[in-house]
Amino acid sequence: MLELIAIRKAFNQGKPNEFWALDGIDLEIPQKGVTVLRGPSGSGKTTLLTILGCLARPTEGRVRLHGELISGLPERFLTEIRRKTFGFVFQQFNLIRGLSAIENIILPSYPTGERRSVLLERGEALLEKLRLSHRRDNAVEWLSGGEQQRVAICRALINSPQILIADEPTANLDTRLAREFLTILKLLADEGRTVVMTSHDPVVADSEVVDRVISLRDGRIVPDLAQVFAQAFG
Amino acid sequence: MLRRPSSRLFTIWIIALVAMTASFVDAWRLARTNDAAIERTAELVEQLRLTDPVLFTEARYTRHPTQADLHSAFQSHPLALEHFPSGTLIPPTIRGAYERLD
Amino acid sequence: MNDWIERQRHLLDFTLTSLARRKTKNIGLLVVFALLVFVLASVSLYTQALRSEAVRVLEQSPEIVVQRLVAGRHDLIPPDYLEGIGRLRGVRSIETRLWGYYYDPVLKANYTLMVPRTRTIEQGEIVVGPALEHTRGLGTNTGISLRAYSGELHTFLVTDVLPHETELMSADLVLMNEGDFRRFFNFPDGHYTDIVLSVANPREVRNIGLKLMEMLPDARPILREEVLRTYNSIYAWREGLLLALLSASILAFGILAWEKSTGLSADERREIGILKAIGWETGDVIRMKFWEGFVIAFSAFLFGYVLAYVHVFYLRFFLFEPVLKGWAVLYPRFALTPQIDAMQLITLFIFTVVPYVAAVLVPIWRAATTDPDTVMRS
Repeated sequence: MLELIAIRKAFNQGKPNEFWALDGIDLEIPQKGVTVLRGPSGSGKTTLLTILGCLARPTEGRVRLHGELISGLPERFLTEIRRKTFGFVFQQFNLIRGLSAIENIILPSYPTGERRSVLLERGEALLEKLRLSHRRDNAVEWLSGGEQQRVAICRALINSPQILIADEPTANLDTRLAREFLTILKLLADEGRTVVMTSHDPVVADSEVVDRVISLRDGRIVPDLAQVFAQAFG
Repeated sequence: MLRRPSSRLFTIWIIALVAMTASFVDAWRLARTNDAAIERTAELVEQLRLTDPVLFTEARYTRHPTQADLHSAFQSHPLALEHFPSGTLIPPTIRGAYERLD
Repeated sequence: MNDWIERQRHLLDFTLTSLARRKTKNIGLLVVFALLVFVLASVSLYTQALRSEAVRVLEQSPEIVVQRLVAGRHDLIPPDYLEGIGRLRGVRSIETRLWGYYYDPVLKANYTLMVPRTRTIEQGEIVVGPALEHTRGLGTNTGISLRAYSGELHTFLVTDVLPHETELMSADLVLMNEGDFRRFFNFPDGHYTDIVLSVANPREVRNIGLKLMEMLPDARPILREEVLRTYNSIYAWREGLLLALLSASILAFGILAWEKSTGLSADERREIGILKAIGWETGDVIRMKFWEGFVIAFSAFLFGYVLAYVHVFYLRFFLFEPVLKGWAVLYPRFALTPQIDAMQLITLFIFTVVPYVAAVLVPIWRAATTDPDTVMRS
């Protein structure tokens, strides 16, 4: 469904400190399942995630969504695709301080121009689903780490995106909360959503929720041993 | 309904706009009430052949600024007649400092 | 269309909640801004009202006043002076005026003593302006003694007080009989203070003035047009002076606004990054910031204007009165008539709201175009 072809991404291109974060990535994310990008820091997994989520454009190569080429689209259209198709959960949660949980959740829907009552209803349903209704009107900076993450997940889901993108979602959580996160992830995967996330947390990588692990190093995909076997003897 | 921030803002704006409109209505009302008085003043001006409002009475040259001598010290504009808008902006406060001999 | 409105309302909601986060700072800014609009609007409303009232009343003043000059100073009109003017074409009527100043040591103010043409006053009687009523306690059937320049005391009986509503023009007047006037001032018979001409065709006024100066080289015609222009410039001068004094505070506010809006904090930058990452377009961010500027500026404009109206027309302009109105011992009391025109309001709007909104928008441009992936790279 989401397809990357010969992706390369450079930072500071043309300058002495030019640096290729991704160097030839071919990847296909299927419609269903949870994919984890793994690798040491500097391996390019976050950069790959930004390209998958249409947050950034590749320097070279093509991105296809449902078979359509989207890497060349102007910003406006890209933003619209991002809003409709992707939901984001960031490592630092990136909630807007001073706003209540519900206001943070409906924020991504503002540009759609839907009625506020509709948005509130949808936000409340999500809070309900993640058992957070009692925090509806609390300012987000007063919530605990786990609660903040659940608010962030609600926000990512407000526009009912097909694909959920998460960057190190368990980095700021203890093991108990990380497991709770995986439960939520299971819930979403069962609904038929695609999840792509980066993580170097063994709790995540070893979880049965995860369907696929892709390892990166120096901006390239490292073939998985199991896959190599499968290809050789399958 | 007023929980929504923009609704609260609109309420405040509407109140302020109503106050603004009220000021226009009030201006119109005052203009109508004062019209007779202004008319009467204009009549008096015509009857007595008056030339200046009584804004500065403390010296002869200021009472009828437009009827003063041809060349005097203060003209705010080369095309305007000379006038002394009381020279200072506020009245003198030191009483008796240079009391006039009269 | 409904989508568009709802979208703007969402942006407005967001802006308001973010303004509410820095409540004290933003309310402070709103108050200072509203005060600035208040001051500008007060000055503008007041001068406009006073000027238009003076001009409207003075429209009825004589078209041409002729003075005679001796050695560059105002002198009396001698008896044979009028004859020359009589032949001038286009002049509808010629009248003489008899008036002069009397300094009253009790009030330390000058009265204008005048002989009216349209009203008969008996010998020994006077009609006084309203200011004499309320400052010297004169009323109908009270007497007053004035010491003439010759040293003798003259006693007059007040028979009438001029209407209070005409105070702007008549406050200090003392109207009397011609005989009394000449005796009091020792004013030579047959001489007059000046001459008043009325002209049939208003477009001829200037030509008649020129012809007068040709015929009577020592005459100095004063045209109504010049009088009106002088009053316009007096108020323009005072208004300008006040605005010049205020310009320092306007500049200070400009710096404050600039500082506030350009000093885009790291927090705000981060927020813009988040908004872009979760699906806001550059345009949405800019529109949101536009609303932020507009909410402050438009509210300040409305509050400032309404306060200014109340201040000028109901609180007698007490804050700036001395500067704009001038001061005098016998200051007339008069009710101002508001003269609000659309141009005035539009100008005020353009000079306050527009620059502020611009100052908020300019710095945001760069921040709004930052790439959405920056939030992931921090």
